[in-house]
Amino acid sequence: MTKIRLGQIAYARSGDKGGGANVGVIAYTAAGFSFLRKTLTARKVEAFFQPLRPGNVIRYELANLWALNFILPAILDGGGSVSLRIDAQGKALGQAILEMPVEVMDDELADFAAAST
Amino acid sequence: MATNQPLRIGNAQGFWGDAPGAPARLVAQDPDMDCLTLDYLAEVSMSILAKQRDRDPSTGYARDFIGVVESLAPVWKSGRKLQLVTNAGGLNPRGCATACAQMLRDAGCHGIRIGIVGGDDVLQILRERPGLFPHLETGAPLSTVADSLVTANAYLGASPLVDAIRSGADILITGRVADPSLTVAPCIAHFNWPANDWPRIAGATIAGHLIECGTQVTGGISTSWMDLNASNIGYPIVEVFADGSCVVTKPAGTGGKVTEQTVKEQLLYEIGDPAHYLSPDATVSFLTLRVTDEGNDRVRVRGATGGPPPSKYKLSATYRAGFRASGLLTVFGRNAVAKARRCGELVLERLRLDGCEPRRSNVECLGAGDVAAGLFPAAGRDLIETVLRITVADSRREVVERFTREMTPLITNGPQGITGYGEGRPVVHEVFGYWPTLIDRNLVRAEVEIVEV
Repeated sequence: MTKIRLGQIAYARSGDKGGGANVGVIAYTAAGFSFLRKTLTARKVEAFFQPLRPGNVIRYELANLWALNFILPAILDGGGSVSLRIDAQGKALGQAILEMPVEVMDDELADFAAAST
Repeated sequence: MATNQPLRIGNAQGFWGDAPGAPARLVAQDPDMDCLTLDYLAEVSMSILAKQRDRDPSTGYARDFIGVVESLAPVWKSGRKLQLVTNAGGLNPRGCATACAQMLRDAGCHGIRIGIVGGDDVLQILRERPGLFPHLETGAPLSTVADSLVTANAYLGASPLVDAIRSGADILITGRVADPSLTVAPCIAHFNWPANDWPRIAGATIAGHLIECGTQVTGGISTSWMDLNASNIGYPIVEVFADGSCVVTKPAGTGGKVTEQTVKEQLLYEIGDPAHYLSPDATVSFLTLRVTDEGNDRVRVRGATGGPPPSKYKLSATYRAGFRASGLLTVFGRNAVAKARRCGELVLERLRLDGCEPRRSNVECLGAGDVAAGLFPAAGRDLIETVLRITVADSRREVVERFTREMTPLITNGPQGITGYGEGRPVVHEVFGYWPTLIDRNLVRAEVEIVEV
């Protein structure tokens, strides 16, 4: 097993939805998506973001895009101009989730990683 | 025009505050563009416009737009056909159109028709019947904030915009309209799609969703931003075809990139359930989309499916929710983060001792991982500097006012190395709460008017 960052096998985008936010996680490869579909569960994402009080995380699958969409319904502490946080719009959550530690088999990593440019 | 010819729609304003020169630049870079969309309204923008309108009833729209009209006047004067669709009208589309017409006359443009779409303002209905409008997320009754309502606007769909285009509008100025509808309307008018042609309307909704935030689809905020040349970044153009599919692209010679990755990222931006993306024009499924990178900054998106839109419009209301202020100071030196946190505690303690404790407060040490506080506990270790940010909020203005006076004394009573106070005292801002809810379509009557310059 190798410990990697999620950002080695996926990219992301986040944004606000009122007091909540969504975080889209998109695998670089089909194999990477199959792996994330199995391992990157709503509960795991909820636990990762626990210090920010995300609420009950919901996960949607977009297999056609190799993507997972996570809804974190309470993570912005009110959001908009009500939230006292510097990231009141959840712009940074995509970068945060890509730092999540992920364990992969040594021989899997090559199939999951972005083609080097 | 041959039916396999796409309609070329650009976006050169993704939000109020986007680059002021972008619209004229994009129009010059893409001489074949049929339609330019400009999006000015975010969720809380309406409350800012309401404050402006309180001071001067002729305002209440995005005034920056009038400068954009001035920059585009030579284009219409040259005889080029360019349709402009924008929600810059905000709370006062008619006032915006009047100022726009005046600007065009001053610039010597004549014969241009301005379409005005209003009727989205439903504040009176909310005040009269608060029981109909519980909070969409929490279910809380509107009566809890009804006395402090500032604005309430339904998100209209493409239909009234299509009427205005069919009446010959060259420039279309709306109040609150769902963002993708700014793109859907010119497509419906151009291709003559029936109002219930859900798959095609779903496709145009996707096209609108992809360009509505401007450069966010051409490399802006991309995970791979460092790998692209973002100088002179190009604004997006979407070529929408008669079958509802589209190609996202940008002008040749501009910075940024349009790739499978930038398009997929923007597809996922601010969406909920991808099987039921709700717009006033259609309920769209993202699950059937196929995204193909054709190279040279051209990405094809096809396969959208959809069904009828929800029976109710989404509505955003805003209400007064007290006051807030946020102050920044920089702490440099050994144990910078510990020193900064102590400073935050001291300020809040001072307020407490003086009986001015704010109802809510937050202390952040920027640089130490506090943007995602608690997720990266090791991030603050060994920092030589941090930015201390203290934010407070309270319904009493005087309490927040008091905070702004208690932060600056840290410059002489705080730790050695505290600096960066050139901006002076923090500023007190009014807080506007956001109240999303739904409204029956039959309670909303869209209004269309055409004026000729």
